[in-house]
Amino acid sequence: MNRFGTSCFLLAASVCAASAQTAKDAPVLIQNATILTITNGTVKGSILLQNGKIAAVGEKVLAPPGAKVIDGAGKFVMPGIIDCHSHIMAEAINEGTVSVSSMVGIDDVLNPEDIAIYRALAGGVTTANILHGSANSIGGKTVVTKMRWGKDAEEMKFEGAMPGIKFALGENPKRAGASVGFGAAPANLRYPATRMGVEDVIREAFNDAKAYKVTLDEYKAKLAKGENAIPPRRDLKLEPLVEVLEGKRYVHAHCYRQDEILMLLHVADDYGFKVRTLQHVLEGYKVAKEIAAHGAGASTFADWWAYKMEAQDAIPYNAAIMVRKGVLTSLNSDDAELMRHLDKEAAKTVKYGGLSETEALSLITINPAKQLSIDKRVGSLEVGKDADVLLYDGHPLSNFSKVEKVWIDGHEYFDRDQDQEGRSKKQIEKKALIEKAAPAPGGRGGQASVTGGPNQ
Amino acid sequence: MKQKFLRILLVPLALAGAGGVALRAQSRGAFVLRDAKIVRVSGPVIEHGTVVVRDGLIEAVGDNITPPADAWVIDCKGLTVYPGMIDSLSNWGLTNTPPAAAAAAGGRGGRGAATVAAPLVVSTPSNTIVSATPARGPEDRPSNAAYLKAADQIYPNDRAVETARNGGFTTAVTFPTGNIFSGQGSVIDLAGERAGDMVIADSVGQYIAFPGGGRGGGGRGYPGSLMGVIAYIRQIYLDSENYKLAKSIYEKHPEGLPRPAYDRTLEGVLASPRVLLPATRDVEIRRMLAFAKEMKFNAVIYGGHEAWRSTDVLKQAGVPVLLSLKYPERAADSDPTVDESVRVLELRDKAPTAAGALAKAGVKFAFYSDGVGTPRDLMRAVKKAVDAGLEPNAALRALTLTPAEIYGVANRLGSIDKGKIANLVVADGDLFADRTRVKYVFVDGGKYEPILEEPAVRPGGRGGRGQGGPAR
Repeated sequence: MNRFGTSCFLLAASVCAASAQTAKDAPVLIQNATILTITNGTVKGSILLQNGKIAAVGEKVLAPPGAKVIDGAGKFVMPGIIDCHSHIMAEAINEGTVSVSSMVGIDDVLNPEDIAIYRALAGGVTTANILHGSANSIGGKTVVTKMRWGKDAEEMKFEGAMPGIKFALGENPKRAGASVGFGAAPANLRYPATRMGVEDVIREAFNDAKAYKVTLDEYKAKLAKGENAIPPRRDLKLEPLVEVLEGKRYVHAHCYRQDEILMLLHVADDYGFKVRTLQHVLEGYKVAKEIAAHGAGASTFADWWAYKMEAQDAIPYNAAIMVRKGVLTSLNSDDAELMRHLDKEAAKTVKYGGLSETEALSLITINPAKQLSIDKRVGSLEVGKDADVLLYDGHPLSNFSKVEKVWIDGHEYFDRDQDQEGRSKKQIEKKALIEKAAPAPGGRGGQASVTGGPNQ
Repeated sequence: MKQKFLRILLVPLALAGAGGVALRAQSRGAFVLRDAKIVRVSGPVIEHGTVVVRDGLIEAVGDNITPPADAWVIDCKGLTVYPGMIDSLSNWGLTNTPPAAAAAAGGRGGRGAATVAAPLVVSTPSNTIVSATPARGPEDRPSNAAYLKAADQIYPNDRAVETARNGGFTTAVTFPTGNIFSGQGSVIDLAGERAGDMVIADSVGQYIAFPGGGRGGGGRGYPGSLMGVIAYIRQIYLDSENYKLAKSIYEKHPEGLPRPAYDRTLEGVLASPRVLLPATRDVEIRRMLAFAKEMKFNAVIYGGHEAWRSTDVLKQAGVPVLLSLKYPERAADSDPTVDESVRVLELRDKAPTAAGALAKAGVKFAFYSDGVGTPRDLMRAVKKAVDAGLEPNAALRALTLTPAEIYGVANRLGSIDKGKIANLVVADGDLFADRTRVKYVFVDGGKYEPILEEPAVRPGGRGGRGQGGPAR
């Protein structure tokens, strides 16, 4: 998706139903439900959430003292949805002034009050990889978050998740600075302007990173020998790239066409790093074997394309073909609206490509968890994993089903009934604020009474 | 009667345009303010006491003081003496605005002479760095004037100085503006013939600003986004640490070592004892506190309209807040059909409660003018905070002793104590009451007397530019 321009979300009436955070949440037992574990089949029975973790899944689970028991008859339980590509809760998307902006990081600008977080929760998303935009060949640092609505920015971050960095290929990074719209005068004419240039920028950046690493090592060697030496400055642009070379930071690369995909895989091989995920990767079906051989994951759309030239050659079978060719595949949103119905996006892969229901749901749960290397914590309903759990009023792949409740770390962050109640309360609060701020009749609000010089 | 006499006396003087509205005091001899109510701020109020001022300093304060024989005695019966107020983040003294007499015709009707109309001519020092080519990264030091020092850019005749002083402000912590690294602020007294006389502390903090409200660097190269700005600041401070270390290593044993390049921006950063970071919303306050902690900044937050939501983290971090007295308002020309979020509406509604909330939580805070031009409007804004729950004593402290503490000059300023600089305000009532008039202002022991009434409004009003002309 074209993310070159900074998206501007107009926050409408903020609707929040985030309950007051209790120090410790009571255990929750959901009974008589259809439990889609994703990794261990379907269980008709109960699931227990306790101390922030999934404590039990089985046909019969006893309620511990003080547990909140929910009758799940006719309802479905599945793990929280994981979106491998989102830009919500970021107060900046692109540092578009330079083609290598690895010094910037989304984690510096998280806005935990973005209403899109709450709306994503309502659509069942519990974890999202928040990425820098695609204006740069090498973009900014990414951050994995949980949708802990009501918490602050620091608490949104997924503890211990691997740090990442955004790369981008093709039209967006080679757009040489046209600031607004077609034919606009370039505000900041910038190299590169071609796909060849993008490759060159990436190679040069890694050359610099390697040289930087050598400088650091030389300094350490001099120190070890007791020589008088001046320490090199820390370079925040090259540090993340050194981390990539050392396998300590994941590359999430925005791409569309098969030629640019192969280019990046070659560059990665040349420099000895791995591309962790190819993002969008709409022509991935053409080079699925090569992607699988490299070990890269693919995170794509179900049926979103044709919004620009490089997105013309997409097919709805893309995800299914890549799965069948052995590519670790997920579906992502890249968009605050699409983010709210990733379950329905997954359903499309059943129709196009014939994935099983479990395979389809894997595309938005365990597969993105693996891509982000957080699968030990989330992505399926297994004892010991984080209690990031969704309660649906029907099968998640059905168009007619809705998310009723969402838990993250065993804490309830969304409840559809509470949401409805909260809306009217917020409306009343808002009306009161508007009336209070309204100017007094015949004057300029509060100022009017004091003009006219009490000093006289 | 007496006042009436003064009016008659002063109006012609002002019109004669003797370079300013206020009367310059006699030489800096000794003054005795007798039989005054003394609000010391640092201690209990003295109901009937005396303040002795000599050669610019407070020589004595108390309720049992024998006035020295050589002093000019001012009978302050019925009057209250306060420490001079401090604008904790200002540009007073840095704008080259002509003195009031040049714009004498600019009355706005009944505002009082102490708060005459908006300046007719303002020229702000043009510090904004515009590079010829777009910056390619932090190495190009975009928008970085860290080396600029307010003390080096003072216009003693800036009309803002006189306007503020007439309203009871004796001191400003004034900063260059216009860049991400705007430069070093200076504590200045709001009176003086020469710029150098006005400076109390020349470098008290580096003023960091986020261009475009944090949306970027104005379209001319790096940084072009909020995260770019933050990353840039981070790199500059890392560079400054490295620079300091490199220089010390080189100075000890230069033989065989590459010479570290001189960098005026890093010199400026290193010369600044604290960092002023912008944060208005709760999200921004938390973000800047986390950033300050990461960078081990001696940080001061400025803005703070939503600080009533952030008192816990501010208290925990021990970071002081400069509170803007320019409360957020819906723009007069904003589209009435735009649906605003509860958060935005609430921010506007509750901004005046921030001060009270910070005081209650024990967070150190001071007020600042933020472009609100006249002391009267500033006092109204303070009054709003008082009406919203701030103790009047705490309000006064936030305009006197606390800013002095925040900037490390409380041993010289901020309260009425023996040995401190004689910056005082003498008013005929409570400083925050709308009808109170400032009778005298002492700056560095010099006595100033604001005009009580503004001259009769001449035809022409604000449009009468040519009329006043330069000070005759």
